[in-house]
Amino acid sequence: MWLLKRIAFYLLIGAIVLIAVFPFYYAIVTSLKSGTALFQADPWPKAPSLGNYRNVLAEGAFVHNLLNSLVVSGAVVALSLFLGVTAAYALARIRFRGRSALLFAILWVSMFPQVAVLAGLFELVRMFGLYNSLFALIFSYMIFTLPFTVWVLTAFVRDLPVEVEEAAILDGATPWIIITRIFLPLMWPALATTGLLAFIGAWNEFLFALTFTSNDARRTVPVAIALLSGNSQFEIPWGNIMAASVIVTVPLVVLVLIFQRKIVSGLTAGGVKG
Amino acid sequence: MRQRVRSAWLFLAPMLLVLAAAAGWPLARTVYFSFTDASLSDLDARQWVGFANYVSVLRMPSGRVIYDGLLLDPVWWGAVWNTVRFAVVSVTCETILGMVVALVLNAEFPGRGIVRAAILIPWAVPTIVSAKMWQWMLNDQFGIINVVLINLGLIDHKIAWTASADTAMAAVLIVDIWKTTPFMALLILAALQMLPREIIEVARLDGANPWQIFWRVTVPLIRPAVMVAVIFRALDALRIFDLIYVLTPNNAHTKSMSVFARENLFEFDKFAYGSAASTLLFLILALLTILTIRIGRISLEGGR
Repeated sequence: MWLLKRIAFYLLIGAIVLIAVFPFYYAIVTSLKSGTALFQADPWPKAPSLGNYRNVLAEGAFVHNLLNSLVVSGAVVALSLFLGVTAAYALARIRFRGRSALLFAILWVSMFPQVAVLAGLFELVRMFGLYNSLFALIFSYMIFTLPFTVWVLTAFVRDLPVEVEEAAILDGATPWIIITRIFLPLMWPALATTGLLAFIGAWNEFLFALTFTSNDARRTVPVAIALLSGNSQFEIPWGNIMAASVIVTVPLVVLVLIFQRKIVSGLTAGGVKG
Repeated sequence: MRQRVRSAWLFLAPMLLVLAAAAGWPLARTVYFSFTDASLSDLDARQWVGFANYVSVLRMPSGRVIYDGLLLDPVWWGAVWNTVRFAVVSVTCETILGMVVALVLNAEFPGRGIVRAAILIPWAVPTIVSAKMWQWMLNDQFGIINVVLINLGLIDHKIAWTASADTAMAAVLIVDIWKTTPFMALLILAALQMLPREIIEVARLDGANPWQIFWRVTVPLIRPAVMVAVIFRALDALRIFDLIYVLTPNNAHTKSMSVFARENLFEFDKFAYGSAASTLLFLILALLTILTIRIGRISLEGGR
């Protein structure tokens, strides 16, 4: 009976791991197949080749797309961390009227369906001549990275001991000095977590990127992959699509595995405490 | 003190300005557009039409009366029904499966770290990539899932999973559940690990069996945290766009509210009509949020 239970338990674990890992494994396998091997559903490549990767990278546009995604995600992280840190200090450490109402409003923005702002954002983007530029994406991504960043950083600052700051206030330090000299060095763990989650969010975003860019050279990777197609709808280049998918996903998987614990604590701070 | 309050607003100002410009103003404009006849080609040439995009009544010279508008549009209500059905089924399945995975990860066994790392992979894969990966696996001609199912004798002909009317929603659900269960599992696991071990010890000493311990001790204690996760996921599921747009393009059986709105805004040249759909989607979500915060107030505070 004990043995049976043990076996059942390990079978369950095996099933969980298989289901979690297989789709991505199969994408890698597909990306290494070429020619007719693509259309045989072998679970491993019989004659592995890097041809699909060569095709995707040689096409040129895809390298542009990768760079676009990197620039947009990097800028989004930098901007939302900068705005988030100063706001978090004010929200966590300074008492003023309307503070909790403000926190609720910020949380509320993070629940906004993106489609609800799409029409208004489109008008704004066109008005400022940002259509088909990366600035439109950096600006619009603030709507989902900023509330989350502010919320998690505020929770983090609130839990820091008050004493560190009191000594500085007695010494006559201004709030700006307090933030840059005292809080910033203590906040690295929270900054890494929120920065990483903001990066992933921006890297994966699809709706705004699809709507606010119009040509191949300006697209980010998710849009490029979604729109990657062959000469006709019967010739979908699955090998290329999978190679592009693997290129885009591997850095994320590596990051997530390295920062596992930080991400889990960030998710629980944003989810459970929020 | 007053100086500190002033600097607080100074520090908040940039963040508030950006949020107002990226969220508040566009939302207000979307609502405004829904009361006009704006078109994509010329947003400026618009006129106020009141509620005509929502409901309009047309009296023909012959005396016939034609009712029109979003609130009477069967396609819109189909999208609402698809979205609600999707949200209910996916969040329910994710919660149950997430609970199972969390309980497994909460047990001690060799290789637990590896299993936890494996669980994170679906979460790390971008939504568009997971849509493409699964579209390939679910491909009717060459997909590995059809091949495996036929070899096992479970089906006798190849199924066009993402295209056919009966299975398209199931395909969307499979991919979403695959991708989001890890999030649920990790949140539930965090709640499980905060449980004081003594309580479970005491219950066991009192002669409770594992089943009873789970339902009478564990579930009530982690419920607040799980409820918060469920609310977050449900709000997320109700605004789904990218997975459905990429996995099952132009399929009336999976079209969600967000897909409907974007389609009208940018593909059908019915900008104002799409704005009206966006506004309704926002209202539905706002109402649900307020409701859940009201009902969940206890659980929000209990979760801390």
